[in-house]
Amino acid sequence: MASSTKSSSTTSRETAKSPKNGKNSAADLDKSGIGAETDYLDLFRQMYLIRQFEIACGENYSKGSIRGFLHLYIGQEATGVGAISTLREDDYIVSHYRDHGHALARGLDINRSMAELFGRSTGTSKGKGGSMHLFDVAKRFMGGHAIVAGQLPLAAGLALAQQYNKTDDLTICFFGDGSTNQGVYHETLNLAAVWKLPILFFLENNMYGMGSSIERVRAGGIDFYPGMATYGIPAAEVDGMDVLAVKETTELAVARIRNGEGPQFIEAKTFRFVGHSLADGQKYRGQEEVKEWEERDPIITFPTKLIAMGLATSDQIAEIKAGVDLAVENSVKFAEESPDPDLSEIHTDVLA
Amino acid sequence: MPQIVLREALKRGLEEALDNDPRVFMMGEDIGEYGGAYAVTDGFLKKFGPERIKDTPISEQAFIGAGIGAAAAGLRPIVELMSMSFALVAFDQIVNMAANLRYMSGGQISIPMVIRAPTGAGVQLGATHSQSFETWLAEVPGMKVVCPSNPYDALGLMRSAIKDDNPVLVAEPALLYGAKGEVPDEYYEIEIGKADVTRTGTDITLISYGYGMRPVNEAADTLAGRGLSVEVIDLRSLSPIDMDAVIASVKKTNRVVVVDTARRRGGIMAEVTADLQQRASEWLDGPIMRVGSVDVPWPYNRGLEREVLTDAADVLAAVAEGYGL
Ligand SMILES: Cc1ncc(C[n+]2csc(CCOP(=O)(O)OP(=O)(O)O)c2C)c(N)n1
Ligand SMILES: [Mg+2]
Repeated sequence: MASSTKSSSTTSRETAKSPKNGKNSAADLDKSGIGAETDYLDLFRQMYLIRQFEIACGENYSKGSIRGFLHLYIGQEATGVGAISTLREDDYIVSHYRDHGHALARGLDINRSMAELFGRSTGTSKGKGGSMHLFDVAKRFMGGHAIVAGQLPLAAGLALAQQYNKTDDLTICFFGDGSTNQGVYHETLNLAAVWKLPILFFLENNMYGMGSSIERVRAGGIDFYPGMATYGIPAAEVDGMDVLAVKETTELAVARIRNGEGPQFIEAKTFRFVGHSLADGQKYRGQEEVKEWEERDPIITFPTKLIAMGLATSDQIAEIKAGVDLAVENSVKFAEESPDPDLSEIHTDVLA
Repeated sequence: MPQIVLREALKRGLEEALDNDPRVFMMGEDIGEYGGAYAVTDGFLKKFGPERIKDTPISEQAFIGAGIGAAAAGLRPIVELMSMSFALVAFDQIVNMAANLRYMSGGQISIPMVIRAPTGAGVQLGATHSQSFETWLAEVPGMKVVCPSNPYDALGLMRSAIKDDNPVLVAEPALLYGAKGEVPDEYYEIEIGKADVTRTGTDITLISYGYGMRPVNEAADTLAGRGLSVEVIDLRSLSPIDMDAVIASVKKTNRVVVVDTARRRGGIMAEVTADLQQRASEWLDGPIMRVGSVDVPWPYNRGLEREVLTDAADVLAAVAEGYGL
């Protein structure tokens, strides 16, 4: 199975070289407003928004306004944006502690997201969750989960409900390479496959789990998708630095799931350009490796490509950047000016 | 006496054991190349090599379980959990295997293993990363649980934990890794199960352990400033608990406040309270006052977290409420 879908990833790579072909038939399943035509500029806007948001988070962590553990999504923007752009409003999204990018790509309010990181009452969880625990149930963004692999069975359960209710909605579950070493990862893959759940397992393989490169902690090399044959789950590999390739590969998998074909698995090869968290001095890897990946930075390569293809002008790009910069600046202001939660909030939300 | 931080004290205990006993080795996530999430094992990989400083996959259940197997075969593993909260995914191995094996095998097997884990709230890590499950594991027979509050105890307890032929959980208060204290160069150990009377007095006894010693010592200073003679006990060991020391103190002061920075309900101080009630109630001039953190999931917001976390004001409030002091 893995080999048949491997060719789909090749297709998406080819497609990525000529973005006009990126419009594909799976897109007409989309009712979320993305439409039949790929909105290239919006994909760029989202990726740039995430990048700038994360940079602002880092700055405000250094200032002490954001505390606890902070894991940035810098470098991985194309994966989350490409994947989430294929979803409908009723689909569920489940993420891990590196969740800001998924949240923003889902359209969570940037002000309320920043406010959550600041721990303010205006935050998405009223300041109770923090960076690792973003939630917006109205947007079907079901967290933000900080125990490695803990989110996988939750996602399977959401998909179970979707199947039970006889909808053609689905659940996408993001997780990292490191989380595949938890037993519950394997338990969930098997369960989802046995029950043919409408779930898209989306592995963001950024080559490291904290300070551990994949080779040091995984037998079987850096490719995960071939192993999905064991579970009978169709799997594809995609270039996670290429937003259009991710989008197309995801569209295909999404179409299959909506068609009742059961779980699908996508492995995006990507990279975090920064440390695991703000506490990470990155002693375990060389800067050359980081530089190599940075050359494929989607925030730079994607607009360059769009301009070269005549799909965008540099003025349009500049305009988007200016708008995003302002929005991010405003989100920090919003967070700074928001009040802390009242102490009475300690006792609310414990039980329903 | 030379002053070192608690992290250094732990490190010294581990390093000594690795130096002196070839059966001792370490396992854990990112303890090697990364140097440990809290830098306790920084430099170990270089000194002892990858056979004895084993970086593991993020597979707590598997590597704790493997530690148990290695211990059953005669090695003396020291296993690090990156956070006490992650003990949950390995609970089955810790409880059903490590703690039960000796009894089930009629004493044929012993598990000389140390599990180390940073514990506690206070640095805004939110609900999933701030919990203190040493209080749960202290209930489990077949294993021991210790929790140091200062560098001297950290080293003494670590030495004893490594020498012990049973599974021992060393709960390391994350907020105290940088806490300084005097540690002599001469070798010493601290017996597991022995509390420490860190301050003697006759008016009231304050009891805690680990990070809880901070608010307790602060409260004791305040009470002393009001002219009270305060006795302070650091349990150091949650399993076994040194109830004899606790009762001896209460017989002297007739007043007691037990303090935990973990959640109040069901914690180890509930156990101390119940034993005191049974064994020393006739010596008490008032209720056994129990202080703990608020029974809610740990909030991220700083103000909320501080309010939830036990502090000296909470201890003083309990002293006032229980004894009008
Ligand atoms: C059960 C558990 N063990 C350990 C951790 C600590 N931890 C948090 S993230 C992480 C690395 C995860 O790596 P990966 O799954 O590759 O995701 P990435 O951070 O690369 O996005 C570790 C070890 C945890 N949160 N939960
Ligand atoms: Mg990773």
